[in-house]
Amino acid sequence: MFIAIGFMLLGGIFGFVLRKKEFRNISKIIILLIWLLLFILGLEVGSNPEIISGLANIGVEALIITLAAVFGSAVAALLLWKHINNKRKGLHEE
Amino acid sequence: MKSSLIIVSFFALGVFFGHFEIIPLSVVDNDISFYALCCLMFCVGLSLGNDSNTLRRFTRIDPRFYLLPVATIVGTLLGCAIIGFLLPGRSVIEFMAVGSGFGYYSLSSIFITEYKGVELGTIALLSNILREIMALLLAPLFVKYFGKLAPISVGGATTMDTTLPIILKFSGKEFAVISVFHGFILDLSVPVLVTIFSSI
Repeated sequence: MFIAIGFMLLGGIFGFVLRKKEFRNISKIIILLIWLLLFILGLEVGSNPEIISGLANIGVEALIITLAAVFGSAVAALLLWKHINNKRKGLHEE
Repeated sequence: MKSSLIIVSFFALGVFFGHFEIIPLSVVDNDISFYALCCLMFCVGLSLGNDSNTLRRFTRIDPRFYLLPVATIVGTLLGCAIIGFLLPGRSVIEFMAVGSGFGYYSLSSIFITEYKGVELGTIALLSNILREIMALLLAPLFVKYFGKLAPISVGGATTMDTTLPIILKFSGKEFAVISVFHGFILDLSVPVLVTIFSSI
């Protein structure tokens, strides 16, 4: 399972060693691979009748998870923002 | 926004082709997607390691803002865990796997499909597209009610590219470096966290 991450690290090392060299087409290759992989994901979804018939439920589930993730991260950002601003105020009072 | 539309249409095209059996499913059954995934990861690593600016830019940040990626990760996972605990049907870990896409829908959905199956992969795709759309459309609301760091947290892994212009507009230009730093760390954390939650 961690093979894919291994490939990313390998790429990172490769890119760092060869950082004098420019890889101009790399972002195009990335986009093409993403298109290919999402097309394949679509193929799998489309050929699976259970998922097609449950698409409405899947959509609702996805929305609920998103709302939870967005709300959770927004609250965490608010706490950090308040923490940083309080410290700033404290410094001024001293 | 345009690039996400293209990506969604490739997915939709695949659904169409698969549903009407235009392309034989043997394409899907062998390991093409896994090989393509490994190529993709290599390229992503290459582009990050090759950019000498990325590493240099991060040395000039107020140290307290280094905590923002941590806040985003903890807040997101906590939100997903709580809602996963309240809702029946799916395990908490599966909710956290979807949440740890942080808006990086292409990569997270591909990973989750590979490890957890097509259904959860599709949920990950939709959920993380929705996250990016919310970050793009609701940024002013987040600034108003949750402070200037909130649009960056909500933007997740997209804050170094797609959502960066919106963040600069509503939080302010002084947040550019923080936003790029945040996106960079979240980008790296997506494959790691998704793999971890998919293998528990």
